[in-house]
Amino acid sequence: WSVSPAESKQLGETPCTQLLVFVATPGCDGFPSLDSKESYKLFVSEGSLLLSADAVWGALRGLETFSQLVGRDENGTYYINKTEIVDFPRFPHRGLLLDTSRHFLPLRAILETLDVMAYNKFNVFHWHIVDDPSFPYESLTFPELSKQGAFNAMTHVYTARDVQTVIEYARLRGIRVVVEFDTPGHTLSWGPGAPGLLTPCYLGKDPSGTYGPINPILNSTYQFMTSLFQEVSTVFPDFFLHLGGDEVDFTCWKSNPKICAFMKEMGFGEDYKKLESFYIQRLLDIISSLGKGCIVWQEVFDNGVKVRPDTVVHVWKENSTPYMQEMANVTKAGYQALLSAPWYLNRISYGQDWMAAYQVEPLKFEGSPEQKDRVIGGEACMWGEYVDVTNLAPRLWPRAGAVAERLWSNATVRDLQDAYMRLTDFRCKLLGRGVQAQPLYTGYCENEFGG
Amino acid sequence: RYYDYIFEQSRRRKRGLSPPGFREEPELSQLEVVIESQDPGCQSYPHLGSSEAYHLTVAEPVAVLKADEVWGALRGLETFSQLVHEDDYGSFLVNESEIVDFPRFAHRGILLDTSRHYLPLKSILTNLDAMAFNKFNVLHWHIVDDQSFPYQSVVFPELSDKGAYSYNLIYTPSDVRLVIEYARLRGIRVIPEFDTPGHTQSWGKGQKDLLTPCYNGQKPSGSFGPVNPILNTTYDFMTKFFREISSVFPDTYIHLGGDEVNFDCWKSNPEVKEFMWNKGFGIDYAKLESYYIQKILDIVSSYNKRSLVWQEVFDNKAQLKPDTVVEVWIGNNYPYELSHVTGAGFTAILAAPWYLDYISYGQDWKKYYSVEPLNFLGSEKQKKLVLGGEACLWGEYVDATNLTPRLWPRASAVGERLNVTDLQDAYERLTNHRCRMLRRGIAAEPVFVGYCPHEAKG
Repeated sequence: WSVSPAESKQLGETPCTQLLVFVATPGCDGFPSLDSKESYKLFVSEGSLLLSADAVWGALRGLETFSQLVGRDENGTYYINKTEIVDFPRFPHRGLLLDTSRHFLPLRAILETLDVMAYNKFNVFHWHIVDDPSFPYESLTFPELSKQGAFNAMTHVYTARDVQTVIEYARLRGIRVVVEFDTPGHTLSWGPGAPGLLTPCYLGKDPSGTYGPINPILNSTYQFMTSLFQEVSTVFPDFFLHLGGDEVDFTCWKSNPKICAFMKEMGFGEDYKKLESFYIQRLLDIISSLGKGCIVWQEVFDNGVKVRPDTVVHVWKENSTPYMQEMANVTKAGYQALLSAPWYLNRISYGQDWMAAYQVEPLKFEGSPEQKDRVIGGEACMWGEYVDVTNLAPRLWPRAGAVAERLWSNATVRDLQDAYMRLTDFRCKLLGRGVQAQPLYTGYCENEFGG
Repeated sequence: RYYDYIFEQSRRRKRGLSPPGFREEPELSQLEVVIESQDPGCQSYPHLGSSEAYHLTVAEPVAVLKADEVWGALRGLETFSQLVHEDDYGSFLVNESEIVDFPRFAHRGILLDTSRHYLPLKSILTNLDAMAFNKFNVLHWHIVDDQSFPYQSVVFPELSDKGAYSYNLIYTPSDVRLVIEYARLRGIRVIPEFDTPGHTQSWGKGQKDLLTPCYNGQKPSGSFGPVNPILNTTYDFMTKFFREISSVFPDTYIHLGGDEVNFDCWKSNPEVKEFMWNKGFGIDYAKLESYYIQKILDIVSSYNKRSLVWQEVFDNKAQLKPDTVVEVWIGNNYPYELSHVTGAGFTAILAAPWYLDYISYGQDWKKYYSVEPLNFLGSEKQKKLVLGGEACLWGEYVDATNLTPRLWPRASAVGERLNVTDLQDAYERLTNHRCRMLRRGIAAEPVFVGYCPHEAKG
């Protein structure tokens, strides 16, 4: 049965034609940052739809919420319930890591991921752009890096234009792009395009022909890093750069006689962690002098490297020290912390593993309120050993949504049954928006994928 | 079809260039396909006994593919298409070779579950393509189950009207015909599974009194259990239903299920208890289950069809016809089950180690690859009773969004295991094959770190 406009006014169904968006401090041309205000208020009442926010970033979050509140009935009419929402994120750094070295991800896949990140209110794209297997980043200063290091220098690279596209696409969605150039380990692909950069490994007295981490004892190394990071600092506008520093294998360094000599000279003894720290410290100084902030993987902290107080430590290890203990240690030492350890979404398993991700409580450690304040957020990681464009979207979504909610919503929002209902609903919405999000469990959506 | 698989992805052709000029090497101008048998089988359906052997000779100027039946020609064509490769200049090359090939096992299947999640027709057809690329020859279509009943029955339209997830998430008779024909053209048999008496919640929506009402003490609780084995109406229904199924699906075999029957509901129902007493089954409900299954087996047999059943039917000692195939799926100690089943004289297919829905982190294809189906205690004669196996992709966590990458190339490892005796350099060949599937439009996921020259489109 249909209702005339006059009747509908009486029933309280006033047709809403406009959403008024009010932003207190405009900043549409700027880039989002760790300090960006993402709070917003949404007022939906008869004849009035109002979204107000301190900054445009909050307006974006509010728009997303608004878009999820709009429903459609059997007659095709769009409707929205009367509501009042005051919302703001619990943690300011809510990130997603993509790995474009283990497998190249075409630009389109990255842009689509940014879209879905926005639907989930993620606000940091952690771009783990290069690593051992390939170097797809086309550097202006060192073009040989990708020429020699990419899987295919014509088809499996990110040009300067591609990178700008990603950064702008992200910005329009209130997403920061934090790029990671992981050193001194995880750098095999850098070798072919930068001869002399990596440490030559030795078999007895002779070079074995293989290479190890970046060579920390040569001045040329630091000249190279300065030039490279000068470029990277200009290309990527975010204040923070991720410098990696994880999983450095000392075997190659130990085999190299010049390095052994250097160790003696410096009085490091047999402690290669000191050599690693020597490298990292110099690198961090370079980055600071470029006016950028640093994020490092936890080993840098664990190995006692002297880092600046504003360095962010990224906690990722699950086996050695329980990660909650690590979070306590890092924050106790005065550093800001990011949590990823329980959120390695590349580690798939049978069943509803989103639940374990959802139930993580980032502040569940013994510490003072000041310590807890130093936890600035976390990141869901999708490492690429077994992931490329064929399976990226279903593997990411809706599972990453569990992490997104954990980082945005209040700590009290943790009921699994309720989350299940909302997440399955949200997954169907994602399908409707063209996202290849996989099912949580048995069931169906009105609009099935590929139907 | 195979012409396109071989030449369509050509970079030169894409750029509209004519084939490269004169080359030193001899040129292969034709692949002649010869089917030797009087009745090549082009108009018929593949079956368990079909010949899939072929003899491929690649030499200039004409290569010859000889096979007894068209099914072998299909397998040989697939092999030939994999031998042809394109060099950097756009020439298509093939090495001189002579191949005599035939499958190790006759039943090499993939199970798809369209009840836990509806699978659109397109994803089923895409997977039939992928199956052909991997020489799989059976689609085990687990079409209905507890959660939904998407099969549109002509005789009982209410089953899908009330039992499907939604009015449009169904397989019409013409959808089913399409799947069967698409499969046939690829030498793939379609074996439907109508799993009873358990796994039937969705049947009860459209067929009143089919399922057993469960009791809470003296009163019905409102919930329902397995198919009710004590009513004549049940067997009337099944007789009519399986008559339709027998005519819709041309394969000789139908899978009747028979797994995971929960006896709690039967135990709670006073009429069932009385029936048990009258039949002298005591409190052994396995006997009731067997009583039911035997009657269904007879019904199906009367339509000149043969049955496949899950292992419980055998384990619970139902009287099976000698040509019943037992599918071994329970994970613990399946070699023991294989000994048992074949020891009792029945043919078996193995699924237990190949539940591909059980995903885990890392290169799990290796564990699927290393399964040796005949590693069980038994005589030569017993080993011959193992017809093959199936890779199963149960649908609790799978639908069209993630089916293809979850199945492929992991199922390829199973395919090779069922096809071949001599296995080498599997990793290298699997990664190559994965890139080949990408080129042909199958979104197979990566095996490990690396890249394909033709990546999947984003």
